[in-house]
Amino acid sequence: MSIEIQDVHKAFGSLEVVKGVTMTVEKGEVVSIIGGSGSGKSTLLMCINGLEPINSGRILVDGTDVHGRGTDLNKLRRKIGIVFQQWNAFPHLTVLENVMLAPRKVLGKSKAEAEAIAVEKLARVGLSEKIAVYPSKLSGGQQQRMAIARALAMSPDYMLFDEVTSALDPQLVGEVLDTMRLLSSEGMTMIVVTHEIAFAREVSNRVAFFHKGRIHEIGPPAQVIGNPREPETIDFLKSVL
Amino acid sequence: MFSSLFDTTFSANDLWFMLKGAGVTLMLTFWAVLGGTLLGVVFGVVRAISPWWVNAPLGAVLDVFRSIPLLIQLVVANSFKTIIGIHWSPFTVGCVVLALYMSAYCTEIVRSGFLAVPTTTRRAARSLGLSWRQDLTEIVFPIAMRVALPSWIGLTLGVMKDTAMVWWIGVVELLRSSQVIVTRIQEPLFVLSIAGLIYFLMSFPIARLGARLEKRWREND
Repeated sequence: MSIEIQDVHKAFGSLEVVKGVTMTVEKGEVVSIIGGSGSGKSTLLMCINGLEPINSGRILVDGTDVHGRGTDLNKLRRKIGIVFQQWNAFPHLTVLENVMLAPRKVLGKSKAEAEAIAVEKLARVGLSEKIAVYPSKLSGGQQQRMAIARALAMSPDYMLFDEVTSALDPQLVGEVLDTMRLLSSEGMTMIVVTHEIAFAREVSNRVAFFHKGRIHEIGPPAQVIGNPREPETIDFLKSVL
Repeated sequence: MFSSLFDTTFSANDLWFMLKGAGVTLMLTFWAVLGGTLLGVVFGVVRAISPWWVNAPLGAVLDVFRSIPLLIQLVVANSFKTIIGIHWSPFTVGCVVLALYMSAYCTEIVRSGFLAVPTTTRRAARSLGLSWRQDLTEIVFPIAMRVALPSWIGLTLGVMKDTAMVWWIGVVELLRSSQVIVTRIQEPLFVLSIAGLIYFLMSFPIARLGARLEKRWREND
């Protein structure tokens, strides 16, 4: 049970943003990806659940080739939850309906089952009081927690987080990080692209520093963040800390 | 019969005659809006998702319907029908031409509504495992509908008034029936005011319904 990324290259037109990335994330692990803008870290996440095609290399999720011919991506995506920088609430559905949608339509759960799941997941992210309102009535932090609950409702084996606090007001960042801390403490396998270096240091088993489309340095947080070897890593950490 | 021909006052029969005309106007509107909306949704989605070599020709054809005055389209279609030997009634010709005319405008409304749904929202839907089709039915269409509704209501009301032009190919609808009465009783202001009132009473519920839906949806956004 793992996500295996093998020499993945990804270009948008003539611009290559991921230039040969190899890494494995084992079940139960929390791996943070840090690095400057345009270093290819978000793109890599999109490739992991097949939202973006890749140019070469391979990504295996529990042995299934994500970009292989005949791979049922809709099925594969059930076990990979992803939360985006933009929280992407479905504006025409209530908070409860947002979370119920995928269990009902993708997993074919009954209305009652889906509702039970949604109520439970929303309680976990601390939104029990907001289930009947529309997303527009929520703060950014609440919308982002709803997005986490929405992904969790599919009972994924893996959770991908793509700079989920970058678009939030500073005072709302904490509540979202708390939710993610809770997940990691429960043993959820997570890949977290983030600019929150302190958070990455605290929750991760490993930290990967991305630079110009490659993994420049990877290892335990105490090493990569606490005692980086590469000059680029040192420069980057200086710029964000 | 002859007595009514020389009767110069507005009678209950006249009102009934106008109401029958209003019924024809409503039926024309109904078929035009139904056909125009269905075609418009299909064309609009096709225009939103297809490559340029489908998009450009389709857009050009629809532009023809938007650029030529409706009156000319009606007259040309009515003559063309006779030339190629289709035996459609003027009412049917009116419905078909109006539906195509509406579809050309509706296509653009649907297309812009469709494109108003952020790509990131659709990605989020797909990332949850929703299929392409489910993304359309559960996410894109409901959101696009809210965006498109005000324009669609406006278009529908416009088409209802444009139905008056089928008079020229021999359909007796509300305006034509009013004209018949005006010719006899020579009271154009009075008769046309009644006709205007009837048009208003037919449009008002549609406009109200639109406003109510819009208000309800806005409260949630």
